[in-house]
Amino acid sequence: MRSQALELRREARARAPEIALTVATATATALILLALVILLFDIAAEGAKVISWKFLSSSPHGLTGGGILPAIVGTVALTLLMTVAAVPAGVATAIYLTEYAPAESKLARTIRVCIANLAGVPSIVFGLFGLGFFVSTVGKGIDRAFYDGRIVYATPSLIWASLTLAILTMPVVVVATEEALRAVPREIRDASLALGATKLQTVVKVVVPEALGGVLTGAILAISRGAGEVAPIMFTGVAYFLTVLPSHVNDQFMSLSYHVYVLATQSPNVDKTKPILYGTVLTLLGLTFLLNLAAVILRAKTRGKVHAGE
Amino acid sequence: MGEKCAEFALRAVAVTSIAAIVLIVAFIAREALPVFAGTGVTEGGEPLILLTPTPLPDGSEQFLWQPVSQPPKFNIVPLVVGSLKVTLVSLLIAAPLGIAAAIYVSELCGKRQRELIKPTIELLAGIPSVVVGFFALIVLATWVQRAFGTEHRLNTLLAGIGLAMAVCPVIFTVSEDALQAVPRTYRTAALALGSDRVQMIARVVVPAALPGILASLVLGFGRAIGETMIVLLASGNASLVSGSLGLSTRTITATIAQELGEVVVGSAHYRVLFSLGAILFASTFVLNSAGERVIHGLRKKLGTA
Repeated sequence: MRSQALELRREARARAPEIALTVATATATALILLALVILLFDIAAEGAKVISWKFLSSSPHGLTGGGILPAIVGTVALTLLMTVAAVPAGVATAIYLTEYAPAESKLARTIRVCIANLAGVPSIVFGLFGLGFFVSTVGKGIDRAFYDGRIVYATPSLIWASLTLAILTMPVVVVATEEALRAVPREIRDASLALGATKLQTVVKVVVPEALGGVLTGAILAISRGAGEVAPIMFTGVAYFLTVLPSHVNDQFMSLSYHVYVLATQSPNVDKTKPILYGTVLTLLGLTFLLNLAAVILRAKTRGKVHAGE
Repeated sequence: MGEKCAEFALRAVAVTSIAAIVLIVAFIAREALPVFAGTGVTEGGEPLILLTPTPLPDGSEQFLWQPVSQPPKFNIVPLVVGSLKVTLVSLLIAAPLGIAAAIYVSELCGKRQRELIKPTIELLAGIPSVVVGFFALIVLATWVQRAFGTEHRLNTLLAGIGLAMAVCPVIFTVSEDALQAVPRTYRTAALALGSDRVQMIARVVVPAALPGILASLVLGFGRAIGETMIVLLASGNASLVSGSLGLSTRTITATIAQELGEVVVGSAHYRVLFSLGAILFASTFVLNSAGERVIHGLRKKLGTA
């Protein structure tokens, strides 16, 4: 009996460091998760009080009343245009890198380095770049060439904000697509080539369809990232306040993300603005959250499929 | 024929990423270089950007960022100090939490928990920074002021805490990948030699993963110093040079965000803001390149590159 108790105690002592480490690291993990939960819960609880069909479908009255329709429409238009530019470019880059570029190619390596660095450029630098390049250089050039210098394109607008965001989100598309293309088994390519298909036919009809899940994941992540950004669009097209919806690529637009910033900092009456602010945040968060969730599920599904095939 | 055309077209599109980087560098440098070189900007040929304190009428000296005074004073010391201060606070919070969570998820918890916790923390990374900034401004600000009795409601500590929420997932994800990349044989060898799990983690696994963990800190630093919306909303934006965490502070990123909308394109102020952008771009470029290098090596080891 006694020796058994001693044995137990010795064992407990030996396990003490492991328990201590587990408790300490689990606490850290719990703290991070707690921060996430508090943030989500606060926004969901306060935001849900405000969100109604009317809130989502009417125009704002100043910064203290009304809805957020122009901001929703603006965000959708912005991310749609951005996707049209970023996804084809990102997918083509990924196809070139995985299917065409020779393994030791210097060009491919340079492209990879540039994409990795592009992903790390601070978003406010994209804002500077968008203003300096798209608005004041490309826009001005177009106006000079086609409009006798009348200001049509040389002003912040939907098109320039979308293109700035497209450059920012392209690396997301490239990375996701590359991952999916790499997961396509070599044998499938070989089989296609052995059956007499050309390289292009193999890529277009066999490899890319297999990797479509990854392409879609990339596009979704890009949209979710783009919808939440503020700094790159601040100087390239987003408007402080509009009651009309954008109807042309040269129009300015409102966005949910920028509207959050405006409501949070410019309100003349904080108490009156607060509900609208929470409603806008919940709408933005719901949008990006659903998109991210879709991407996570899609990615898990496509990964499962690939593993099942092995 | 079509084959060659397709390959050519794909390569042409792939090169746009190089073009994008080159254009960003060119267009930032075009405005910033004259400022750094001190040529053709001010009439007297004096440097636009100040690094030394300006003497005041009362005999004291101060670092002044006063872009709209006559003449304007562009002393970037308060902004650089502000950015570094906020970044350091965020790393001091995010690094221990992120690395500890990575150790827990990679080494100590079960597979089920791992599969739940990892994507959840990654969801935190997907929250737009303006939302985190809003949360810091509306909710955390009150708590932080009540808990620490800070002088200003919006301050360095608050901005650091907000930033930590954005940086933590970066540090966690990269560190966790680094721990996972440590070969199984290391672990079994350590256990076979009679070490317990704590000894195995502390003396074998973590040291083996150290380059990756350091890379996570470097990338976290880069992410924090370049972050705009959180600090813009939570830091209070007063350009003070002070070591106090309870005082408001102004960062490089927030300065660009607040002032670029109101400047005349091509003016001295416009160029100084681009110079700030250049400093930001250069520092994050160096940090990210260093971090990516280590990570790339890691991925090769993991077999996912």
